[in-house]
Amino acid sequence: MRARRSKLRDEIVTLAHGAGGKATRALVEGLFLEELGNPLLEPLGDSALIELNGSRVAFTTDSYVVTPIFFPGGDIGDLAVNGTVNDLAVAGARPLFLSAGFVIEEGFSVADLRRIAASMARAAAAAGVVIAAGDTKVVERGKADGLYVNTSGVGLVPEGVVLGPERVRPGDRVLVSGTLGDHGMAVMVARGGLELEVDLDSDTAPVNELARALLALGGAVHWMRDPTRGGLATALNELAVQATVSIVLEESSLPLRPQVIGACEILGIDPLYVANEGKLVAVIERDSADKALAALRAHPLGAQAAVIGEVHAEPEGLVLLDTAFGGSRIVDMLVGDPLPRIC
Amino acid sequence: MRFVDEFRSGELAQKLTREIVSLVEAGRTVKIMEVCGGHTHAIYKHGVEDLVPPEIDFVHGPGCPVCVIPMGRVDDAISLAERPGVIFTTFGDMLRVPGGRGSLLEAKARGADVRMVYSPLDALEIARRNPDREVVFFAIGFETTAPATAVTLLRARTEGVRNFSAFCNHVTIGPPLRAILESPGLRLDAFIAPGHVSTVIGTRAYDFIVSEYARPVVVTAFEPIDILQAVVMVLRQLRDGRREVENQYTRVVRRDGNRRAVAAIEETMELRDTFEWRGLGWIEESGLRLRPEFADWDAEIRFELPGVRIEDPKACQCGEVLIGAIKPWECRVFGTACTPERPIGTCMVSSEGACAAYYNYGRLARRRDRVPV
Repeated sequence: MRARRSKLRDEIVTLAHGAGGKATRALVEGLFLEELGNPLLEPLGDSALIELNGSRVAFTTDSYVVTPIFFPGGDIGDLAVNGTVNDLAVAGARPLFLSAGFVIEEGFSVADLRRIAASMARAAAAAGVVIAAGDTKVVERGKADGLYVNTSGVGLVPEGVVLGPERVRPGDRVLVSGTLGDHGMAVMVARGGLELEVDLDSDTAPVNELARALLALGGAVHWMRDPTRGGLATALNELAVQATVSIVLEESSLPLRPQVIGACEILGIDPLYVANEGKLVAVIERDSADKALAALRAHPLGAQAAVIGEVHAEPEGLVLLDTAFGGSRIVDMLVGDPLPRIC
Repeated sequence: MRFVDEFRSGELAQKLTREIVSLVEAGRTVKIMEVCGGHTHAIYKHGVEDLVPPEIDFVHGPGCPVCVIPMGRVDDAISLAERPGVIFTTFGDMLRVPGGRGSLLEAKARGADVRMVYSPLDALEIARRNPDREVVFFAIGFETTAPATAVTLLRARTEGVRNFSAFCNHVTIGPPLRAILESPGLRLDAFIAPGHVSTVIGTRAYDFIVSEYARPVVVTAFEPIDILQAVVMVLRQLRDGRREVENQYTRVVRRDGNRRAVAAIEETMELRDTFEWRGLGWIEESGLRLRPEFADWDAEIRFELPGVRIEDPKACQCGEVLIGAIKPWECRVFGTACTPERPIGTCMVSSEGACAAYYNYGRLARRRDRVPV
């Protein structure tokens, strides 16, 4: 089913390998899958699905290295909880338990660390998960950029829930639960140096309630993802390749905050590639798309949900965008970090 | 978004499209070179080619500042970046451009302190904050970005910032256009001239294209509506037998440009006898270097550079793409050996490069059936 694996031809790791696009795919498929590959890891989904004593367990992990550690709308703590909760939720699972690992740089403020832990506790309570295990390491000054956090999580997939690229069919509709690119742009602006006066919060939030609302529609839900690093474009490109379909987006339907459009225009960045941390994208059977949209919009986190496109049979493996201008273009996989254009 | 949406209106586009259709002669191709990479990018990003009849053939010109930097200069930049104590600052676009021995991004991964900036003034600020380090700015671009470098140099001198220098690769737009117009076998009917460069140098700078080469020129802004309107203006000139420099970008561009910006460039930089362009070779009086008065801020004087010239890769046809002789997809390595993740030629690196723009946005067969007539 899956298209040809990417080869890793680089001799050293560059930042491009961490950006979520083609280079990341080459690193994961051309090195980690080659060395560690097994049937559980191979699908490279948001979570691994494990059969355990008759139950289906979803299992995932993610590391958080965001700078700045505190940003408008959140911090590394709630981001780490929500991110792992969301990876479980879009796999169709009910998130249950998380672990938290902290790599702390010598000299880090205890008050800040307490603030981050408290924010994790709030996020865990909001998502209904328990942080059941943890680990702490302290490294020398200059070795960890303040603080890195890793979270892993497990959840249970209810009976009857089957999601995956193999269920995606031409005619299906593509939905997002809200505005795109808020987290990435909020962090980019918060990093400073751009002198952009933009009032924009990260969207970091748990999407498990939204996922549950969709799953209540039953078999009409074919596929879900949380479009984090690499943004919506990367998530949909992976789907288009895995499901051997084409996905056609309608530019005028994309929910975007004016602040995000403005900042992206100025920086020459395409919001389709910018990270989200509290959104899900779902592929729904055509006849149930309206119901799914209503289900998302009924939830406060899904108020801006929209149907943004549909699945076509051809051209296989490509994501296309019908522009508001009346033309169309390919939305390709990103190669490295979104590099701002100079003029 | 206000002031942007107006220039991306589908309705307006259809009106202009109808006018374009009425102005073309069926079967007679009109080759229009959009000089600037910004136009190339806008054409692909918004699918402008889907809206014009097949008789309109956009030829992507040499105006992508990243694409024209030769590999030897990239190697010089890397050698600067790898000097102990140097903080090397660059626009993001240059990070992935391959030289003879890798890119700045790879140099960074090997340990060089390479930082992305949005403006040379940011580089100057880094220099102020790191007085014990040497901060070098990779100055690239046409007359669009040269004024910013110039202002930064003037400020560095005024404020006595001694640990800042510029590695100057600024170029001018006129000479490569002349080189293209002089190239044998060229069949260009008209030019869409760059908007931002013209903000600085004025529309006057293109008079020679009309007087010496009798081609229509329309100075054009960067929104898709602007480009369609420019096509209409070009077609009207051709229909009426006129040859003029017209200004579509009247909301910003003046006949004489921005004299203060030009003065800042002239105060800090002077023409080199000759400068190498990727794909186009050496072009006389086409590049800028810092004036001797600014030697203290000139990275080429302050540091020893390898200065080795590297031949463009044999398989690469960037040069032919840059002069519009072939389309990106007609290059023998396009999309196979040369892709955005493994670029051979620089046209594939910058999002404004003709090849990358086409690879990212344009690999579809044109869906001509969508053109409203």
